[in-house]
Amino acid sequence: MSMKVAIRQVDGVTILDLSGRITLGEGSITLRDSVRDVLAKGSKKILLNLGQITYIDSSGIGELVSAFTSVKNAGGELKLLNLTQKVHDLLQITKLYTVFDVWDNEASAITAFA
Amino acid sequence: MPDSTTSRVSLTLASSIESVDAVERTAEDFALRAGFDPVTVPNIVMAVREGAINAVLHGNAYDPSKSILVTFETSSDGLTIRICDQGAGFDSSCLPDPLAPQNLLRGSGRGIFLIRAFMDEVHFRQLHPGTELTLIKHRAPANPVA
Repeated sequence: MSMKVAIRQVDGVTILDLSGRITLGEGSITLRDSVRDVLAKGSKKILLNLGQITYIDSSGIGELVSAFTSVKNAGGELKLLNLTQKVHDLLQITKLYTVFDVWDNEASAITAFA
Repeated sequence: MPDSTTSRVSLTLASSIESVDAVERTAEDFALRAGFDPVTVPNIVMAVREGAINAVLHGNAYDPSKSILVTFETSSDGLTIRICDQGAGFDSSCLPDPLAPQNLLRGSGRGIFLIRAFMDEVHFRQLHPGTELTLIKHRAPANPVA
């Protein structure tokens, strides 16, 4: 199963609902292109909802990091929402959990954007 | 019931993402049949996938004239996976630490770290040309009878 992205706007925050696998190839490219597109359209507050992500590999983790730095370099903010246990564990062991701003409640995450 | 008899399968595959997916599926099948628990199986699968990615992407560089050879073997001791590429080889002792502060925000370089995190033994051998990666997961010792 490849990755799918649905994009919605809530209170000035662009939410990307991701589902499927973020892996080397199609999944990572889809994530990269989606973040690039919303940045190009002027979104500065980006929330990645990972609740329906079934699998992520090292390329996917790298793509999350690249998305984080791309948004930051563009003067924006990127947060993560609804990590699955597996993604949570991977971000813990790679020490990235403290790099990302992680939320498990959408309303709270939206409020947390400056 | 875990299958503790020795079984072995070898796959010779093209240097493609589809091959990585095939290796991943085979790893899951072998790990399940070897009787590993539901927490350990995904970790083994991820380690094997990362090894296959390295072979296809970094080893063979998607070269269609090169293939990867993957061997799965279950025994009473556990599961052994060997992944061979035909690339230029590399020095595994020179890999940057992905947990170092200066590397934390790099977009790559975590594959071998994850392999080492999830497997009990990880060995590299240079084949001239190519690299052989051996991954071993031991069976957990049986619970002692009270």
